[in-house]
Amino acid sequence: MAEIIDEIIETSEDTQKGKFLTFSVGKEAYGIEIKFVTEIIGIQEITEVPELPDYVKGIINLRGKIIPVIDVRLRFRKEPKQYNDRTCIVVINIKETSVGLIVDNVAEVINIDGNNIVAPPQIKAGFHNRYVRGIGKVGNEVKLLLDCDKLLNDDELDKIAEIV
Amino acid sequence: MPGDGIIREPMLEIYLFEATQLMEQLEEISIDCEKNRKIGTEAINEIFRIMHTIKSSSAMMMFNNISVLAHSLEDLFYFIRESKAINIDFEKLFDLVLSGIDFIKGEVSKIENDCDADGFCEPLVLKSSNLLQDMKEANGVIIKDDVRQKKEDTKYYISSYEKLGTEIKQKYFARIFYEDGCEMENVRAYTVVHNLKEIVSEMYHVPEDIIESDDSVEAIRRDGFLIGFSTSTSKEKIEEQLNGIIFLRELELQQVEEYPLELKALKAKIQIVLENPITEKTIYKEAILEETTDKLDTNKEEVGNIIKSGKQQSIISVNISKLDMLLDLVGEIVISEAMVTKNPDLEGLTLDNFNKASRQLRKLTNELQDVVMSIRMVPVSTTFHKMNRIVRDMSKKLNKEVELVIIGEDTEVDKNIIDHISDPLMHLVRNSLDHGLEDKEERIASSKPPMGKITLEAKNAGGDVFIIVSDDGRGLDLGKIYEKAKLQGLVTKPEGELTDKEIFACILLPGFSTNESVTEFSGRGVGMDVVKKNIDSIGGAISIESVVGRGSTISIKIPLTLAIIDGLEVAVGTSKYTIPITSIRESFKPKENDVIADSEGNEMIMIRGQAYAIHRLHRIFNIDTEVTSSNKGIMVMVEDNTKAACLFVDSLIGEQQVVVKALPTYIKKAKGIAGCTILGDGNISLIIDVNGILDR
Repeated sequence: MAEIIDEIIETSEDTQKGKFLTFSVGKEAYGIEIKFVTEIIGIQEITEVPELPDYVKGIINLRGKIIPVIDVRLRFRKEPKQYNDRTCIVVINIKETSVGLIVDNVAEVINIDGNNIVAPPQIKAGFHNRYVRGIGKVGNEVKLLLDCDKLLNDDELDKIAEIV
Repeated sequence: MPGDGIIREPMLEIYLFEATQLMEQLEEISIDCEKNRKIGTEAINEIFRIMHTIKSSSAMMMFNNISVLAHSLEDLFYFIRESKAINIDFEKLFDLVLSGIDFIKGEVSKIENDCDADGFCEPLVLKSSNLLQDMKEANGVIIKDDVRQKKEDTKYYISSYEKLGTEIKQKYFARIFYEDGCEMENVRAYTVVHNLKEIVSEMYHVPEDIIESDDSVEAIRRDGFLIGFSTSTSKEKIEEQLNGIIFLRELELQQVEEYPLELKALKAKIQIVLENPITEKTIYKEAILEETTDKLDTNKEEVGNIIKSGKQQSIISVNISKLDMLLDLVGEIVISEAMVTKNPDLEGLTLDNFNKASRQLRKLTNELQDVVMSIRMVPVSTTFHKMNRIVRDMSKKLNKEVELVIIGEDTEVDKNIIDHISDPLMHLVRNSLDHGLEDKEERIASSKPPMGKITLEAKNAGGDVFIIVSDDGRGLDLGKIYEKAKLQGLVTKPEGELTDKEIFACILLPGFSTNESVTEFSGRGVGMDVVKKNIDSIGGAISIESVVGRGSTISIKIPLTLAIIDGLEVAVGTSKYTIPITSIRESFKPKENDVIADSEGNEMIMIRGQAYAIHRLHRIFNIDTEVTSSNKGIMVMVEDNTKAACLFVDSLIGEQQVVVKALPTYIKKAKGIAGCTILGDGNISLIIDVNGILDR
């Protein structure tokens, strides 16, 4: 029995492997591993929570579950932009924590082979390099593959939380 | 057990649950018996039964130290029961039993935390056998089966299986009938088995599971108790021993070549199991499996016979995390019900049938909510009875005679809250005993009854539960408390300006202690602080009353449940906030010139001669709002235990029961926000933590 279950898990992991959800924030295209993504919803009313860093926009009610939302634009120190009907919230789940990421728009789910992923260049000054796990080549374009773990559990946030 | 989802082996889970429960039961009985200085047959049998269950289940789970201890304690009570001993040193006996309970509890908690149960039971076992010896001497009885102590059969009830070498073994078959109405046939049968174990090399009996199954009583009454055994002891001796059984009505003892059919089947089964060279646990499991299949078969025959077993099966234990999930779900249903029935799309339509149906739905959801809440409610009695033990231990150590009176133990409180009041209660009771109650001499000198009295009371009052700890001791000395507090820099105001209540509240501050010396139990000035923190965390309040020389009363007001609170919805800008009703004193519309500001811009308002600070929510939370001038908005006066202040909000929306939800862990804690809730329209409202705001 256990073997069968293992197999099922393996196959479901297999089908998810190498698949990335791509979305754009500003001019860049980002990718996020599909296994982290729970769902994609349109922008909805966000309840502000005081004393949070500006990129944490607040909390939303997702069918009775309350999850925080992060504006990826602000997280990457880009100019804020008015939300429109293309704006989406990508709900990701990492280590039992659900978080919504506000992105300009969601593109598609693509396959990126392990061979086509390269490590990001070592530029110390580059700010959001910290959150980029690798760079995926898709045809002529490149997608910045995000490291969700770092995006959520960054030291910076801890510091802010401590001050709060 | 926190609902952390760790899945233990179900067997272990049951064992832990059972052991904890039995220990609590046993503790209660022991304290009761000790108090009354007598031990009834009922109590003995109950203790015997508990010890036996613990012993056998521990042995099954291979926790040998527990089972050995339980066995030695069982021996004690066996002696008391069999010899009808009168000269019992109750103090010694129950000291031993209680330390035994502590030991087992300790081991069980070790197991619970995934550690090895490695405590040493030898000292306790030794003590118990010494006590047994003492008791025997005191009662002038010499019991021959002293040897039993050494041979501990913990594996399986096929006895120690000693190979008796060349001695000739004879097979016997016995059928025992007890006198009608002697009760507890199964326990009696077990004693027979227990006694025979020493002299036989193999034994099978029907019914098989004497103690564990309630049906066995019926079976023994109907068919008698069948035993088959082989032994080298002579028939006369066996007959003599069996005839010694009390309440024996009829004994049938035969020397046989082969066991009768019923026993043979059993024998075959057990032997198969034994031949398997695998670990004890699996043996046990298989045996259980087979037993259950067997049981199923027998059950078919005697469906009508099950009378007593019903009571046990009507209670199931459920993991608390499942209940939490259910509660969450019900909360969501309540919300979505409001979303549907108050949907803006329906406005202006005549919907007679719809309204009828939605009323029905509302009624059902309300009922559902009530039921779910009631599932989580548990009586405070267990927590209260734990105090019995503390009072007993402490009164002995401090040499004070104390009586603990418990009132209203049936009062029910949410499970979460029970967990939070256990510690504070313990501290309060300890304080009362240590500081509150005087010594015997002192009590007599002040013409009080020599025996001190501590009352533990629980009662319902509206949506709250009051838990009151009172003693008739020396009471709190206002002047002394004030001086001490001033000395420690805890108060600055002169004594005249403080109310009695405020001065008493000083004893809740960390680091405060009036006791000159630190004792084993109290005096470090930490306890009351813990009490306050714990009570605060569940949204409760503490009030202290005391009269010097007459005693003191400490009342704790706690909400019935944490999950649903009454809240006042207020609007600030576009956001909505919920203020718990319990902390609201009043709300009012201020006039423009009521508000005064000091040189630093801190605003305050005079109400009935007292100045209160004003906290503008839109400033605290940085919200854009058009309502900034004080005469446009509304003031809500909130109070904490000691402090009060006014919150300035845009407008009041209304009072509402809300289901409290925690903020996502990712956000961690925002100061001034206690949690959030989902409103009927699906929007989120943040719940204000009044304490946090007042601390600013």
